[in-house]
Parts: sequence; C-alpha cells; structure tokens
Amino acid sequence: MLPRYRRSLLISLAFLGGLAALDLILFPAGQVGVILLSGLYQGMLFFLVAAGLSIVFGLLDVLNMAQGSFFMLGAYLGFAVYGALPEGTPVTWRFLAALVAATVGGGLLGALVERSLIRPLYARPIFQIVLTLGLATVANEIVRAIYGPAGLIPITPPAALDTTISVLGGRFETYRLFIIGMGATLMALTLLLLHRTRLGIIIRAGVEDREMVEALGVPIGRVFTLTFALGCAIAALGGITAAPYIGAYPAMGDAFLLNAIIVVVLGGMSSFEGTAVASILVGLARASAEQVSLEYLGSPLLATVSILLIMILVLLVRPSGLFGSETS
Amino acid sequence: MSALLEVQGLHTYIGQYHILQGVDLTVPEGSVTVLLGRNGAGKTTTLRSILGLWKPQRGRIRFDGRDIQGLQTHAIARLGIGYVPEHRAIFRQLTVEENLKVAERSKGDLQARQAFLFKLFPDLQKQYHWPAGQLSGGQQQMLAIARALVPENRLLLIDEPSEGLAPVIIEQLMEALRSLSASTTVLLVEQNFRVASLLAERYTIIEDGRSVHQGRMEDLLREQDLIQRYLGAA
Repeated sequence: MLPRYRRSLLISLAFLGGLAALDLILFPAGQVGVILLSGLYQGMLFFLVAAGLSIVFGLLDVLNMAQGSFFMLGAYLGFAVYGALPEGTPVTWRFLAALVAATVGGGLLGALVERSLIRPLYARPIFQIVLTLGLATVANEIVRAIYGPAGLIPITPPAALDTTISVLGGRFETYRLFIIGMGATLMALTLLLLHRTRLGIIIRAGVEDREMVEALGVPIGRVFTLTFALGCAIAALGGITAAPYIGAYPAMGDAFLLNAIIVVVLGGMSSFEGTAVASILVGLARASAEQVSLEYLGSPLLATVSILLIMILVLLVRPSGLFGSETS
Repeated sequence: MSALLEVQGLHTYIGQYHILQGVDLTVPEGSVTVLLGRNGAGKTTTLRSILGLWKPQRGRIRFDGRDIQGLQTHAIARLGIGYVPEHRAIFRQLTVEENLKVAERSKGDLQARQAFLFKLFPDLQKQYHWPAGQLSGGQQQMLAIARALVPENRLLLIDEPSEGLAPVIIEQLMEALRSLSASTTVLLVEQNFRVASLLAERYTIIEDGRSVHQGRMEDLLREQDLIQRYLGAA
C-alpha cells in the first residue's frame, strides 16, 4: 500500500473513531448503536449521489451540477414504473421493477447527455458548469410541469423491508438497513470494477492522464460515455432507493447535491475511495449531531451545520481531502 | 528499404502559434531514425502531430501506405504505432502490471509479450506489483517503453528517452533500444547527440519548425559544420 494511502486511511479511521468515542461518552451504548446505523444510512444516501460525481469529476474533469437531478429523475422514473404495472402485481415485483427502470433509465439518459451536450464542452469547464446547472433547472421544471410542485408520497416497499427489528440494543427500520446494504454493495462493486477489471484500470489511468490512455489506442470517448452513464445510473438508483423514505419532489436532488459536493471535496477530489470513506464520515457526523441537538440543545442548528463543521475540521488537517493528492 | 512512415509538408498550429512550418520526413521500415534539433525546434510537436495529439492543419502523413492525418489518436495508435512521450507519462498510481494492461489492444496481449518484455527490462519483473510512482527514473522510462511494446506495434515514436537519466542507466536503455530496433522501426527524438548517433541509422534535422536536412547518420558524422550549426554539438 502506498504510504500516502496508509496515512489517508489512518486519518480517516481517527476521525471515524473520534466520532464513535464522542457518541459513547454522550449516550448510552444501546443508543450509540442506533446512531451509528443511522449515520451509515445517511452516509450511504450521500454516497449514492457523490459516487457518480466523484468518478465523473475524476475522469472527465466535469463537475456535474445536474447529478442531483439524476437522483430526482431516478425517483420519478421509479414511481412511474411502480404505478404503471398492472393491478395485482406484488409489491416486491413493483419495487424491483422500479429499481431496475430507474437505474437503466438514469444510465441511458446520462449517456445521451454526455454524447450530445457535455462532449463538445470538454475544453470549456466553466461552460460545463453552466450547462449542467441549466440541465438541472430544465429537469426540475419538466418534472414540476408533469407531476406538479407538491411531490409524490413515498411508495410502499416490500413487506420485509417495511418493519423494524432490534439491532445493537435499539429498534431500527429494516428499510434503512436495506439502504445501508445497497450502498455497501455498490461501494464494493464499484471498487471491484475500478481495481479488478480492465475498464476500471483504464478509468483510473484516465484520471491520471487521459491523453496517454488515448495514445495507447483506447477510445477514451467511449470510456467517458460509459463512466458518465455509470455515475448517472448510480445517482438514479439512489433516488428510487430513497423514495420509500422521502418520497419524490422536484427539489430533492438539490438538497443531496450540496452534501454530495462536500463529500467529494472531503474525500479528495477524484478519489473514489475518499468519497466512500467521506460519505460514511459525513453521515456519522450528521447522525451524531442530530442526536446531540435533540437531547442537549433543543434546536436542530448543530445538525444543520454539522456537515460544514466536519468539512472544516478535515480540511484543516488534510487541505487536499482525506485521500486527495497535492495536485487535486 | 520501403518507407513505413512518410510525412510531407506538415504544418501544425498550437493556438495562434505556427509551430511546424513544413516538416518532411521519411522513416524506412526496420530503421532507427532520429529527429535532431535545438530545444523548441518542433521535434516533439512532429511526433504528437503524427499521432494526432495535435491536429496538423496542412500536410500529409502516410503510415504503411495509408493516409492517417485527420484520424483520431486511438485509431492511429491501433494501426500499429506505439508512443513513449517526453517525461514518460506513466500512470503513477497504477502498478507496473496495470500500466502494461492499459496498453493491451486485445485480451492476452500482455501475457503473450510478458517473457519478451521481462527479458528486455528485467527490473520490471521484480517490481511487477509495485505502484509505478515508486520506481526510479530509469525504471519508469523502461516501463514507458515496455508499455508501448505490449501490442506488437510496427513503429515506435520515442521522445527523449535519455532525458534526466544517469549515464549508467542511459547505457542500459541504449542496450535495450538497440536490441529492440532489430525487430521494430523506431522514430526517436533525442537531445543527447552521442546517444542519437550510436542508435540511429538515419536522421532528420528540424530548425524553427522546418526540416532542413535528412540522410544517413554516418554521413552526418562527417559533417562537423552541420552538426555545429544546427545542433551545437561536436
């Protein structure tokens, strides 16, 4: 392992350990278990938006300000498929169909956006930001025009995911555990893709020097499209995964996008591993702050600013982010 | 010897700067040809223009009898052209093995060439699973050349291979390049005139973006005036 990676891991563990220790001091052990799970749940939701943002920024140098819109569109697309299936279709099938449709639809839409709109602007980063911001606005307005501004009430997940179980001494909703499981699985699969497949090796090489990758005979344009589509597919999957909890509303992507950008900066721009660790750290910080606000402060202020506080703390220790290099 | 690569009247702009203002170049199959010239003469730009990394505005580039100007870089490379850039451009976060894998054009390329590459550069075998960023400068240069050799390229474009290396490493590298030239055509850019004269059979001198002389290296070695005028070397 590179010494830089070892240092990054140690610093990340120190922050995570510090938060867990603080929780143990402030709250009883049974409650700490629930806080940790709640933190993991929130962290995985952040990860589902931030993962695509990080991969796309790393390889394409594109800060996709429409990433949150793919999260939102995934939710709406899933809702549409969930509701369109014939009456009598079991909830489990509806739910699975919604997950698949959102992921595939998000990926295809992402590929279309990259090829038709982003590609001509690779040499113009400011234009890309303006374009993706514009795309986000257009997506929001289209959804508003079709479904109205109020949003849709959460869909019902399969019965097995719609209950609570006893975990680490406290009650915890199974759907949150499902989100943790899905996030962890996606994290592992993406890491496997990046480190164990040729496509992943090419993506990592492209993050370092895309011109050299092209000079070796790799059609980097196709890799860009695939990567952009992958990032959008993960975000769309995130949207429909969150839907049974938060429903679907036009601005849902914006709320997650800001936090996802913070996660990517915290992890070290363009480091996928950093984004994964930072998601968990931010989720834990927010869950802990929520509990402190609830029990000690009587105001949600700390929970609101907790993500910014953890960002400031980490950047004071590691100005280039947890897994970032000096050049990032 | 028939020409594997022919460049005629090449003009390349970088932004508003007219860098190449008429480069003619012939690389016979099976030869080592060196591009000579002072810093900023346009040698690197010529290599990058051949590979389409900078798009030439005028001129003709023929590889193996086929016009390649205007093709995309990856398509040019896939015709059988390997590139070893100035400053190596290895992927520092990737292992040696992963660096070589990126260069595969079809599955099994690396496996088929592994024995050949390890014989040429034994150090790479020892450090196969190391991150490339931890290799020494000489080893990184070896990796950059090995990477260009993973597919069976017919032409190698090598830019300043001896730059920044210790004399003993340069000797090792020259040995490897000499044995390589027995099977592959090479177009070399080299500032170190001694290295260039020992490796190359043919030369082209570039001055202010134009090719001003070309011929056989053994003839150039007799032209001390020419060497002094264009290269400042004796």
